[in-house]
Parts: sequence; structure tokens; C-alpha cells
Amino acid sequence: MSRRYAMAVDTRRCVGCNACVISCKTENDLPSGAFRDWIVTEARGQFPDLTLQIRSERCNHCAETPCVAACPTGASHVAAGGTVLVNRRKCTGCKACMVACPYGARSVHPDGHVDKCTFCLHRVERGQSPACVETCPTRSLTFGDLADPGSGVARLVAHRPHQVLQPEAGTRPFVFFLT
Amino acid sequence: MTMSRRQFIKIGAAGVGSAALASGLGTRWWGLDGDPTPDPRTDGDRVVASYCELCFWGCGVLAHVKEGRVTKITGNPAHPLSRGMLCPRGVGGTGLLYDPDRLKRPLLRRTKRGEDLFEEVSWDDALGRVAEGLERVRRQHGPEALALFTHGSGGVWFKQFMKAWGSPNIGAPSYAQCRGPREAAFQLTFGTPLGSPEPLDIGNARCITLIGSHLGENMHNTQVQELAEALGKGAQLVVVDPRFSVAASKARYWLPIKPGTDIALLQAWTHVLLAERLHDAEYLAAHAIGLDELRAHVAETTPEWAGPITGLDPRLIRDSARLIGASRPASMIHPGRHTVWYGDDTQRERSMAILVALLGNWGRRGGYLKQDKFPLAGYPYAGAPPPPSRPKVDRPKGGLYPLANEVLANGLCDATRPGQSLYDLKAWLVYGCNLVQAMPDRPQLLEAIQKLDLLVAVDVLPAEICGWADVVLPEATYLERDDDAWNGPWRRPFIAVRQAAVPAMYDSKPGWWIVKELAGKVGLADHFPWTDAREFVKTRLAVKGQSWETLSSTGVLLGPEIPTCEEEGAELTFETESGKIELFSKELADLDFDPLPVYRPQEEGPPGTFRLLSGRSPLHSFGRTVNNRLLAEPYPENEVWLNADAAATLPGFEARALAHGERVVLVNQDGVRSTPVKVKLTQRIRTDCVFMVHGWGQTARGQRYAYGRGASDALLTSRVKVDPIMGGTGMNVNFVRFERAVEHA
Repeated sequence: MSRRYAMAVDTRRCVGCNACVISCKTENDLPSGAFRDWIVTEARGQFPDLTLQIRSERCNHCAETPCVAACPTGASHVAAGGTVLVNRRKCTGCKACMVACPYGARSVHPDGHVDKCTFCLHRVERGQSPACVETCPTRSLTFGDLADPGSGVARLVAHRPHQVLQPEAGTRPFVFFLT
Repeated sequence: MTMSRRQFIKIGAAGVGSAALASGLGTRWWGLDGDPTPDPRTDGDRVVASYCELCFWGCGVLAHVKEGRVTKITGNPAHPLSRGMLCPRGVGGTGLLYDPDRLKRPLLRRTKRGEDLFEEVSWDDALGRVAEGLERVRRQHGPEALALFTHGSGGVWFKQFMKAWGSPNIGAPSYAQCRGPREAAFQLTFGTPLGSPEPLDIGNARCITLIGSHLGENMHNTQVQELAEALGKGAQLVVVDPRFSVAASKARYWLPIKPGTDIALLQAWTHVLLAERLHDAEYLAAHAIGLDELRAHVAETTPEWAGPITGLDPRLIRDSARLIGASRPASMIHPGRHTVWYGDDTQRERSMAILVALLGNWGRRGGYLKQDKFPLAGYPYAGAPPPPSRPKVDRPKGGLYPLANEVLANGLCDATRPGQSLYDLKAWLVYGCNLVQAMPDRPQLLEAIQKLDLLVAVDVLPAEICGWADVVLPEATYLERDDDAWNGPWRRPFIAVRQAAVPAMYDSKPGWWIVKELAGKVGLADHFPWTDAREFVKTRLAVKGQSWETLSSTGVLLGPEIPTCEEEGAELTFETESGKIELFSKELADLDFDPLPVYRPQEEGPPGTFRLLSGRSPLHSFGRTVNNRLLAEPYPENEVWLNADAAATLPGFEARALAHGERVVLVNQDGVRSTPVKVKLTQRIRTDCVFMVHGWGQTARGQRYAYGRGASDALLTSRVKVDPIMGGTGMNVNFVRFERAVEHA
């Protein structure tokens, strides 16, 4: 069976420190003001009956990819393990994919092409974890092959309650938020 | 292989698999080059092991160096504090190294102190000016008239300078403006201050109680790692905080306490533990004295008594106490770190220490462990400098603050104003700490500064304190310098290496070089016989045959494993006078302090005002990182948290209610006004207090990013309540009202 990369984000462990955000920026040499992942902090309720969910968000590397469908040049594509990538040489920066993506996971790089999370595929191909996963001090992030039932991510998704973002968008995300 | 485009096209046309060949050839022809995996190529050609300096925790880092630049910083898996993982500041160290506002050359002040006009000079001129000033102070006032304020690992060189020079006045705001009360309280109770890093086995605790500590936002890497680990294993959290902190959101019980009433809650918890026999009677019988006095002391401090005082439901107090008690001995009362709040802080920390004892948590797994230092020899100096002939001058006349176990930085400031102490301080060396944000009561600080004959600031960035200095010395960042080895206490003793990843930029110099050069100019060269920091460390290692090569290549040397708790065979010993845990403190009684903690109400603020509380963001270390562009991206400025319901009835805003994100000016009880700051309207805080992240609102124009961003809690802390036991400056005793910031076009 072929690989299917996925990520589990444990909202019970995450403290929203942003180490994932900064490590992504330095690993991927992102320009000032650009992010491929970010922290969302959602408070609900009235004092003192409150809840807080903290999520480290990024591209969901969906199974149904409106971004790829919208791309007129074939720059947005599905690569190894279902990872959604942008070939910057083919990208004209038309932003059709940015409009199509329900998650705001894409931005325009100053060089003119669209930029997004790659699951650090360059690291994964060398047997390493994505930079955000590697540095996370709370080990909230688990990356791996969901098609391998023995993988950490597969076990977490199998055994822990979880959500995906905007399931109604029909994109079938592969980033799972453990609750 | 070189190939022209023409040739390439020919080959492509010949039917060879184009995707396989095309990568790296530079074609922009769509479709011909396939879809390569994007690789930012930030891995280093060299990877240099060192330890971090973005905060005091000292995590092990690996600096990736490519073509002479540090491309990224990752955690060192071999280092016990980082275990391969870093907080955002650790990862963001390149934002400090490549900060365009760094101090580049030594500076001499040219006008009045505080006017911030400087001239760039050579190191020889700058250090000559420092030497001349120091010699004059020594001639006129004696060597003890020099004080050192220090924060950070490079301070070790400057401390050595002070020893050689002959002054005992070495202080750090990290004591009396931070963890001091905790150190005094745990020394009183268990005979040992906690120090840093704290000896806490958070990872194995079954219940963790945080009192005002917002671990998670307060990003002490190892502790946060272990907190998540413990939560993952099903540990329970109890969080006492007026604010719904990140930790509170993960807690089984959140106790949104009225600020300043913690001792009442702690006494009620103590009452429940004893009344319901949830304490560890066997442990206490073997190791503690004063249980009967304690029992009598808390006989009446029931949850029903504490309820109205603390604003907490008595049932919540009782239920949380039961959880804490049921989880013993691995039930940890976290001691906190920034503990200078209300001036009765040693007593609050004593209440916490007493709970630690009742739970039998000290010396047990999931509790307070035994730590030790790596057996590293000192540098084999030929002889020690003679001790200073006058005592430290940080205590005012009259024998106040008898149980301070470190030097009071505020006491050094006081002693600089003539006639306040045994003798006057006349010169300050300020290493790596921006006193302007670190110290409360800014007018008094600046008054002291104006009395000085000489103020020398050593820093990486043009921090506010540099603007007040006569001489500013630019230090190389931690990524550009060698330092002494890190040798703090830990459950597995170890040392870590600090080594330069890249050469120092501009005309900045490492601390060891600055000190050695300065010593040469004031006739103290004999006390600095080593050639540089590396030789210093290598020589220390060589005394016991320890390996520099291993230290340098892996970043750490691990010492022998030691038993850290009773379960591992460690013996429980207490260096108190009685040799036991002192629940009842005879030492305090003899000094006329409460031998057992007593709750006393705090002064309330005027109507329409809110108690000002401050804390941390995980992205920033005090005011030290606020100019770091990388870290500022997700957290560009601080905000003032105000309860949304309180905002709806805010005095002065009847005509138009305050809106979330609007800019306000805070005015404190003494009329001190903040710079404009965004307001965060939220349900996550009580209605009687406001909260800000510390370190913002900086006035140094040279830090072009940080200048004028957010507001400074330190500036608004014009009043302190001093802890009579150890001299800590309680800071949560200021009250602010809101004004809408005037919009400037």
C-alpha cells in the first residue's frame, strides 16, 4: 500500500509557544512576514466557565484538493505520500489556489510564486521529521504514514478523539487535531 | 559537466527521460523538469554545538553554519535540558545574531547622561576611559565603590574581574526582583534554596499545582516538556491564577483567585489536608518538626473562611485540596519563579513549602529531586585575590532583610544614592541586564544613575541602560563567542560547551576578551593568566582528564548518574538548624517574623482602577528579545488584558465603550502614564485586575523595532512593597486606570 503522510496535532499538550512557527521559518528560509504554520488560540465561554483550544495549524494536505484543481499551470500538485506542493517554476502567482483553499494555508512569496507547507518533504525523504515536529517542546506534533497502522500518527488517529478543520468543505484533511 | 541550452534541448528531443535529467539544469520550460521536492538547503556545512543565551535556561543547541552564516538553530538531542527540542526563542537566536540594530563599535558618551549621544571609538580608547574612571573611583572611594549588575553566562568573567578588583558588590535583578522570596522560603523550610534550573521532577508528577506560575507561557523548556509529558500520562493540573492562563485551560481545577489572597487559600488547603488526614504522617514524623504548631495554626482557616477572602467557592477549595492530597507523594506544588508580588512573598512561598512537606513530595519521585553539579575543577590559579576589606553594601542601615541569601540589586541602587548605606557606590558595571526594565521605581533608579562617577554597560543591543552609560561596550552574541562551560546542578550532572559558531560581527568582542583587556589596563593582568575562554575551559577539563574533544563535538559531558530521590536510594537530609524540615520556623520567630504564615489583607486600589499584573510570553525573555524581528513576527507587541464585562462599565468610557484592539494609555496611582498599548478584551481574566507581558514599551531609539511598541509594566511599577524578610520588591501593588490613547495623524 502506498504511503499517506499525515499529522496529528495534540491540542491537549500544545501550549501555543510558536516554536513550530519559528523553526519552520528558519528551516525553510521564509521571508519576513511569511508563515507556513501558525497558532490559533480559541477561547469560548464566560468567566469563569471557559475553555481554550490551541492549535498549531498549517496546510492540511487534503485528499480532495481544490487548490490543485484551481491551478491553471499544474504548479500545485500532489506529491509523494499525498503531500500537496507547489512547483515554483510552474507557478505564475495567479492566486487561484489561494482563493480555492478554505484554510488560508497559502501565501505569495516575494519571488512571485505561491508558498505553503511542504510537510518538510526534503527532510522526510532523508528520514527526518518536519522541522516543526522535531523542535516541538511539548511533543504535540506527530508526523508519519497514516497508511501504516503501526505508525505513531495512525495509532493516535485510531485511538484519540479528533477533529479536522472545516470538514464541511469536503476536502478530507490529513492534519488531525486530537482533542 | 557543462551543457548549453541548445545541447540540452537536443538531448531532450532525443527522448531521454526529461524529468530525470532536468533537475538542476536551470530550465524554466514548464513540464520538462518534473516536480522536484523543494529543498531550502538550510542544513549547515558545519554544525556547531553550543548552548542558548536567549534566556537563562541554557538549552543545548546545534548551530547550522553555511557559507559563514548561521542558517538555523536546532535542539541538541544529547543535551539534558533541551533533549533535541527548543522553544521559539532558542530557534530564533539568528534573529539576535543578525539584528540590524546591534551595537557595532565601542561608544563614549559625549553629552549629559541620558541624552543618548555617543561617539564611536576604538576598543583601546573605550577601555582606557573605563580604566581611568575605575582608577579614580578606587583612589577616591576604594575598590568596593564599584558594583556589578549581571545577567547571563558571560557574567562569569565580570564577576572574576570584581573579585580581582576587590569589590563584593555583585548583584542581579534575578534575585530580589524575581525568584528571591522562593529561595529564602525553601532555605528556611528545607535548608536549601532551589536555584536554577529548579530540581523539579514534573514529568513524573501525578498532580501539579501552579500558583500564579503560567508555565507554558513561561517557557522554561525542560519544565514545559515535562509538563506536557505528565499531562500525556494523565497527570492532573491545579492552577491558581486570576487569569485563565494556558496552563489553567488544561487544568482539572482552575481557581481564579482574587490577587493578593494566596496565603489564605494555602492556609485553607493546609487545613483540609490536616483535617482530612491527607498528609503524609509517616514522612512528617521522620523528617519534620512543628506539625502540632501548624495544626493549631490552621485549625480555623477552613475553606469557608478562605472563600470570601479569595473570591473562590469553598467547595472548589476543598475539592482541589482533596485531589492534591490524594495524589501524594507525587503531588507537586510548583514553587514558581517570578515570586515578588506583594511584599509578603517569602511567607507565601513558605506556605507552599509547608504543603510540599505535608505531601511528602520533597525528595520523592515526581517531586523535588536531589541534583548535583558535574565534577569540573576550577581553573588552577596561582593564588586567590585578597578578599574585599569592606562588606557588601546592598543592605540599608539598620539590619533589614536579614534572610536575603543573595545580593539585592535594589539595595545596590539604594546604596548609590549618598548616605543610604554603609558607604556609597560610585561606579557601575552593567553586564547584559537592562536595569531600566528590570528594576521597579524608575525615577529612583535614574536618580541613582545620575549620582555615579562612572557607568559602563556591556551589551549586544543598544538597550535602554546603554543610553545612560558613559561607556558602552559591544559584546559578541552567544553564537559568536566562546564562554565558560555551563555547569548548573541537574539530576544527571553535566556540563555544556559554549563555542562560537561564526566569527564576531562588526567590532564586537567576547566578554572574556573585554575583561582580560580591561584587567591589563588596571594592573590586574596577573589574575587573568589564561589566553582565552577555550584555553580556560580546556585547562579546567584537563585537571581531571576530561575530554575537550567530546565536549566540543557533542556539546555536553555527562557526569555519573546519582540517586535523585528516596525511590532511587537517596537519603533525605536537611541543612536547617534542626536538621529537619521546619514547618514551624524558629529562625523566623527569633527575628520577630511570623513563624507560620499568616494571611493579611492587601491594600486595595482606588475605585475605577485595576491591579496591574505582569507575566511572560513564550516568545520573549523579559525585554531582551523584543527587538528580535523573527520572534516579533508572531508576537509584535504586548497588549493589556482587560475583562470584557469590566470594559463595558469602564469609568470615562460611557459615551463610547472601549473596543477590542483599541489603543489605551494606562495611568497608575502615582500619575505615571504608559505609552499607548492595545487592549485585549477577554473573558480570560478577573474583573479586578489587568495583565501585561513584561518587557515592552522600550524607550531606546537604537532598538528600532522595539522602540515605542507596547507598554512597560516596569514603568507603571512606581510603587513596591518590600519583603521585610529578604528584601524582594513586591511589584503587584500598583493600580491603573484607562484612558483612550489620543490618535496622532
